[in-house]
Amino acid sequence: MNNINERVKALRQVAVRFSGDSGDGMQLAGNIFTNVSAGMGNSVSTFPDYPAEIRAPQGSLGGVSGFQVSIGAGVHTPGDECDVLVAMNPAALKTNIKFLRKGGVVITDTDSFTPDGLKKAKYATDDAIKELGITAQVVEVPVTSMTKAALADAGMDLKSMLKCRNIFVLGLLCWLFDRPLESAQKMLRAKFAKKPAVYEANVKVLQAGYDYGHNIHASVSTYRVETDDIVPGVYTDVKGNEATAYGLIMASEKSGCPLFLGSYPITPATDILHELAKRKDLGVKACQMEDEIAGVCSAIGASYAGALAVTSTSGPGLALKSEGIGLAVMAELPLVVIDVQRGGPSTGLPTKTEQTDLMQALYGRNGESPVAVVAALSPTDCFNMAFEASRIAVEHMTPVILLTDAFIGNGSSAWRIPEADEYPEIKPLRVPEGLRESWQPYMREPETMARYWAIPGTPGLMHRLGGLEKDADTGALSNDPANHEKMVLTRLEKVERIARDIPAQEVLLDNPEADTLLVGWGGTYGHLYTAAEELNAQGIKVALSQFRYIRPLPANTGEILSRFKRVIVAELNTGMFADYLQAKFPDVKIERINKIQGQPFLVSELVDGVKHLI
Amino acid sequence: MEEKKYTAADFKSDQPVRWCAGCGDHAVLNCLHKAMATLGVAPEMTAVISGIGCSSRLPYYMNTYGFHTIHGRAAAVATGFKVTNPEMTVWQISGDGDGLAIGGNHFIHAVRRNVDINILLLNNRIYGLTKGQYSPTSARGFVSKSSPYGTTEDPFIPAELVFGARGTFFARTIDVDLPTSQEVMVAAARHKGASVVEVLQNCMIFNNGIHANVTDKEHRADRTIHLRHGEKMLFGKDNQYGLVGNGLLIKAVEIGKEGWTIDDVLVHDAHNPSNFVHQQLAMMDGTELPLAIGVIRDVDNLTYETEVARQVEDVRARKGFDSLRSLLLAGDTWTVE
Repeated sequence: MNNINERVKALRQVAVRFSGDSGDGMQLAGNIFTNVSAGMGNSVSTFPDYPAEIRAPQGSLGGVSGFQVSIGAGVHTPGDECDVLVAMNPAALKTNIKFLRKGGVVITDTDSFTPDGLKKAKYATDDAIKELGITAQVVEVPVTSMTKAALADAGMDLKSMLKCRNIFVLGLLCWLFDRPLESAQKMLRAKFAKKPAVYEANVKVLQAGYDYGHNIHASVSTYRVETDDIVPGVYTDVKGNEATAYGLIMASEKSGCPLFLGSYPITPATDILHELAKRKDLGVKACQMEDEIAGVCSAIGASYAGALAVTSTSGPGLALKSEGIGLAVMAELPLVVIDVQRGGPSTGLPTKTEQTDLMQALYGRNGESPVAVVAALSPTDCFNMAFEASRIAVEHMTPVILLTDAFIGNGSSAWRIPEADEYPEIKPLRVPEGLRESWQPYMREPETMARYWAIPGTPGLMHRLGGLEKDADTGALSNDPANHEKMVLTRLEKVERIARDIPAQEVLLDNPEADTLLVGWGGTYGHLYTAAEELNAQGIKVALSQFRYIRPLPANTGEILSRFKRVIVAELNTGMFADYLQAKFPDVKIERINKIQGQPFLVSELVDGVKHLI
Repeated sequence: MEEKKYTAADFKSDQPVRWCAGCGDHAVLNCLHKAMATLGVAPEMTAVISGIGCSSRLPYYMNTYGFHTIHGRAAAVATGFKVTNPEMTVWQISGDGDGLAIGGNHFIHAVRRNVDINILLLNNRIYGLTKGQYSPTSARGFVSKSSPYGTTEDPFIPAELVFGARGTFFARTIDVDLPTSQEVMVAAARHKGASVVEVLQNCMIFNNGIHANVTDKEHRADRTIHLRHGEKMLFGKDNQYGLVGNGLLIKAVEIGKEGWTIDDVLVHDAHNPSNFVHQQLAMMDGTELPLAIGVIRDVDNLTYETEVARQVEDVRARKGFDSLRSLLLAGDTWTVE
């Protein structure tokens, strides 16, 4: 590997990994650090890596939770490895040291490296650094005692004081990376708006951490991090699941349809329910139902009544919703189904990321049951694709499944708040005035072949829908064999015609010399893009095409695939999208890179994978 | 504005009715058409939502909005519908299998939430559409195609489930008793909240005569009691019997015998917030004590869809955001020039 490139890159981007007990507040410290950096014009990407157990025993290996953030210019991933590792206890050090880049720095809380702490983390000796063979620079900081000292006069109990340790570390990092304390303070104020005492304590500790770095001149070179040329505007930090919720709200505003969510808590999708439950302040009706099935069925009822109806879930929940989605296919009602994918099958790896629900989304229903399937590329793209899923649903009268995943759903990015007119009007397919007299429930708009949406409460449009096959002309029940085939093909054609209404597929990093096309879909975008950049930097000419529209595929997909000598599909499953493309384009020779470990790709794995194939 | 008067015909669709001749569903359908005319709610403001089963075909025979959904899920679909459009009158049609077996979870939760829907539970104690298996309301030992040696389980008593789910309205009728059916359907629709009407219904083909002990003309007057709020609980051909207190329980006595007078007979209080007496009345089955028909419980409580709408309005007014953008701009932001 080219050393000069490495060094230049290290200046462009820096990754910091916070690790500690689940209750240590690593995510909060990481989030504030991210937002402060984003506010300085860095692009950022984050990745929370948390255990499935909510509170595993304190100090144990199973209870370690991590939060990695990458800041700098041109950041598309949280980084394979980190430059700075914060380890709040021996267990965190043991489980996270593998993520430290060669030449990186470790910051530990020495106060936690007690015989008891070492025992809980199953060390054999009393020298953790030596035992783990760490040769990197270790900055040993008495975080716990310094935090307690800073709060000596605050009149707090020990437990409350210890809760501020994360903010001490944040202060230290702000010094290391030359981040302004004022913006961190502002974020703490917002976070603890209702607890002024806690806010005051945290501000003290933040300053103490900053001063500590300054005073000892922690012998780490302070980093200079490049900033991006980013589009002017007002920015905020957004997690993928929040962005999904916002995209739905925007679609509701642009379509005039009230937003209804029927949902049931499930990791890692629950934050969508949380966000939309809060958004009653924007008129959203979010209902926590008794189970996944009631989630989708209440949404179908809401859709029949005229709402932009949504249900949110993860893989196991999507399985339970299958029959309901089939009903929406048959009744030809708009419905947005969001699947934040996690490791499967069954309960699988609930907190980890995978792309293994693709086949379930495409085909996991009884009968000929086509639905539109789209996927989001990144935390901020969740906004776009939630909007798109909604638009397609109400303009084409079909269920749409939006696939995101644990990685982008929980990850965050800086996001420019869209201007009011930035997204198009959505036009729900209502029964046209001129057709009122001759209207039948399954009468179709000729271009999209979509059934018109007659809203209950409207005089003269009373009609009955249902899961039984309907006559193509009158909408009455029909068992006629030819009619059934006609209706099956019509429902299929309706979904295929969505291809006329979506953007053409793009090729990134395209150049005449590139004869290899790297193909991905959904949330692997950041890693694939960075890998393709890296390969090009190494002289291997590779273009990238990342799919967001899965069913139907963009109309130019075949043309793109046939333009390249090699097509390599990289995905976090055993090859579902590769199989799907291969079936549609049998003449294209498709090669594969696959990973099924519940973790995102590493850029290095992709680079090596492509090199191995060519 | 003058209110439009409706007739039963206004609620009938042009579709041929496909139930077996003699099925209790026909009577229920006719009573529902008439009840709707009495209620005077326009067909376009009425929705009928069903699951799967013989009775769940009913929406196709209505000239209202209607949705024949999937097995067991009608209550969930109806909940989403009602929350979205609280102005409409929503009926749910379910059978004993649809509502209490595969859809049992949705049934109890719709009742618990007190969504303002009117649930007609057509109870024939059998699966008809799949040709004769026992249902969750079939008695222990009941012989059917799927229980050739008799069932080895106890049935649900629908009223008990409704009270267990803290239901605010429960009524019962018998398919052949058309006036009572219409009366309780109207009462169910007027009740704000989840109303459950159990219709004891006959299946000519697979379970003929299952309710004969209370439907036989010969015994009906002695084995059933028509409860009306505020009236003495009397029954028998000449109202010669009455229900009286018996410690914490209820018993039936003959007036004029053993010293019992009309003054001893209890008055039915359907509006009592406590369901203690309602439960005793609903558990009477026509053997020791007469089977109760009519409105057994009808109490007020907050309804789900109204509370959702009220909360949305309150929070909107309090926070004052007019769009997603205004909300986001009020949060943590930074500006890039």
